[in-house]
Amino acid sequence: MPPRGLASERNNHWLPHPYPGVGFTDLRPLLKETDKMSNSHLEKPTTAGIHASAPLFEVRDLETVIHTRSGTVHAVNSVSFEINAGETLGVVGESGSGKSVTMMSLIRLLASPPVELRGGQVLLGGEDLLKLDEGALRDLRGKKVGFVFQDPMTSLNPVFTVGFQLMEPLRQHLGMSRRGAHDRAVELLALVGIPDPARRVDEYPHQFSGGMRQRVMIAMALACDPAVLIADEPTTALDVTIQAQIIELMRELQSKLGMAVIWVTHDLNVVREIADRVLVMYAGQVIEHGPVDALFAQPAHPYTRALLATMPRAGGAKQERLRAIEGMPPILTEAPQSCAFRARCGHARARCAQELPRRQPLSNGHDVACHYPLREVAEHV
Amino acid sequence: MLTFTLRRLFLMVPTLLVIALAIFLLLELSPGDPMSQLPLSIPEDVREGLRAALGLGDPWYVRFLRWLYLFAVVEPSHMLAAATGLDNLAIEGPRLISFQTRSPVADLIMQRLPQTLWVVGLSYLVGTLLALPIGIYSAYRQYGWFDQFGVLISMAGFSLPSFFTGPVLILVFSIWLGWFPTVYDTMLTVSDWSSFWLQVRQMILPVAVLSLLNLAQISRFVRASVLDNLGQDYVRTARAKGMTERVVLLVHVLRNSMIPVVTVIALGFPTVFTGAIITEQLFRVNGIGQLLITSIYASDVPTVMTLSVIFAALVVFFNLVADVLYGLLDPRIRYD
Ligand SMILES: Nc1ncnc2c1ncn2[C@@H]1O[C@H](COP(=O)(O)OP(=O)(O)OP(=O)(O)O)[C@@H](O)[C@H]1O
Ligand code: SF4
Ligand SMILES: [Mg+2]
Repeated sequence: MPPRGLASERNNHWLPHPYPGVGFTDLRPLLKETDKMSNSHLEKPTTAGIHASAPLFEVRDLETVIHTRSGTVHAVNSVSFEINAGETLGVVGESGSGKSVTMMSLIRLLASPPVELRGGQVLLGGEDLLKLDEGALRDLRGKKVGFVFQDPMTSLNPVFTVGFQLMEPLRQHLGMSRRGAHDRAVELLALVGIPDPARRVDEYPHQFSGGMRQRVMIAMALACDPAVLIADEPTTALDVTIQAQIIELMRELQSKLGMAVIWVTHDLNVVREIADRVLVMYAGQVIEHGPVDALFAQPAHPYTRALLATMPRAGGAKQERLRAIEGMPPILTEAPQSCAFRARCGHARARCAQELPRRQPLSNGHDVACHYPLREVAEHV
Repeated sequence: MLTFTLRRLFLMVPTLLVIALAIFLLLELSPGDPMSQLPLSIPEDVREGLRAALGLGDPWYVRFLRWLYLFAVVEPSHMLAAATGLDNLAIEGPRLISFQTRSPVADLIMQRLPQTLWVVGLSYLVGTLLALPIGIYSAYRQYGWFDQFGVLISMAGFSLPSFFTGPVLILVFSIWLGWFPTVYDTMLTVSDWSSFWLQVRQMILPVAVLSLLNLAQISRFVRASVLDNLGQDYVRTARAKGMTERVVLLVHVLRNSMIPVVTVIALGFPTVFTGAIITEQLFRVNGIGQLLITSIYASDVPTVMTLSVIFAALVVFFNLVADVLYGLLDPRIRYD
């Protein structure tokens, strides 16, 4: 079956349907259909150039600071990116590079104080989420923007059934009846590949394994058919086989539902596998961004290059020592005025200490924030 | 859960038997003599006669078994008879008699129970019911002015003993302002609005003193538990789903926070009967705590023994209640 036909079928199904229980049976053939095609969609659709109009989701110059006892931490500094429906944006960076704070700033999930959103815009369908009042923002969370968190063991409420937690957004955002929401919860569990969903819907999180809980989290994030799904290290807490299953599931769901996915991880292998484009973050800044292939083939920022060099590669010719990047990422107590990577950079020159490098285009869709971007093809590939 | 509860209820019997025996032996070892309060002029042979009449001459196990029979069979039968009005339910023969008053211990307890329940029980209820919203709100607005004020109040509740707050309140509200009576009048019977009003007025001070104590302890506990849960990942998940703050706090957080709190509340409940001795003395509320104190002074072994075992039974029972509530609130707990 061509993907186009599938998409239309999917659209019918994913409308907030008025007849509770009707959708359950027609889900099965749909699932089988994508199982078959999941292997054949290795080739990703290129999104560059297609979207001449405004992107679905756009972040402009996001600034987030955290007021702590020891001063103000500039956790997110002028971060900009965009994403379109059906696209996957991989976000990578060392621990502490501000990935989570960025993602949670998007739907203002961080307690304020201590966190302050200093500036920027987060545009979803032309609407600035940073300007919405609390009520409007709540209506949007879980409905238009779904969130999957890192640790599925603690991210579900232990004292409520999985069904109850799945039904909450359905009832809140779509105004479903208890029965309708319950039936849809069963469908959602089936959708994310949980066996025997009609029984498991009434079980508690502790009765699920880690991988199954992450599936539940994904089902919850997708419950209201969001336009954007933000996954903050959704597989980091899982072991490798489960990780692969979750990645496969996400791919499948994306091709079925067509949402935009922002996938935060520090596993570059995962990024390579699933993302269309990559955003590399360092000290709360985007230091390099581009299509996966271009960025992996020709990383232009010294940090990206170092990051790629730390990547363990399967089937390497000689057993190379795993290189780690020397030093620590800085914690910025002021807005950056110079290159934040300077202290760890082998290419640093005087200008790097005087002037903040801005993102400059390199080639089609590839940009880098470095005064002296590396031009040669990476030796590691 | 039901089988667990029944099994635990059944297990209470041997537990309490052991406790009762331990209390009995402890009282046996204590030096008090029920005859010590009699005038010295009573000759020794008369004393011996009195001892024999009280059954004090028998070996300890005979006395223990006699107490057990009276406590577990005879006295309940009389209570049942009194409650149902069917006099023939009551078992004939000797009763469990207090040395001090020569009346059945059960009657003493029934006389004292209303005061205790009204004053001490009500304080526990008031303290708990106020502690829940205060604790929840303090945690939600941590370090806000309400929370700071709450810290102050509970510090006062914790650190000022009731033998300090009690007299201060009496001085201010009874003596200076004259709003409330200084002494609790046990003989007051509520028959109309004015006597009801009197009853309310005389209850206010002791209830206030005791409530403050309960409030301080439980609200701090609730606050800590809610704070602990507010930092959990599932709270962020609930917010990310678009749940309102009300739902986040009163559904997601509250249910989790209550797990340790109900345990503390349930375990604290038996102290209604024991923990208010000082306050009862201060306000002359002659409740059960006061009965225990006077009985100890008078070496009234049957009364002390009976009250102690009842307290022990309450403690054991409310332990069970706590466990059952815990299991009901937390699905991760399975008693099988
Ligand atoms: N509540 C907080 N108080 C103070 N500083 C914070 C707080 N949360 C985050 N930070 C700081 O903000 C910066 C970015 O943290 P963030 O959690 O976004 O990193 P991350 O890229 O998600 O890292 P990881 O890969 O470990 O998840 C870090 O320097 C961190 O110390
Ligand atoms: S700007 Fe300078 S210091 Fe920073 S990464 Fe580029 S070369 Fe290195
Ligand atoms: Mg993170």
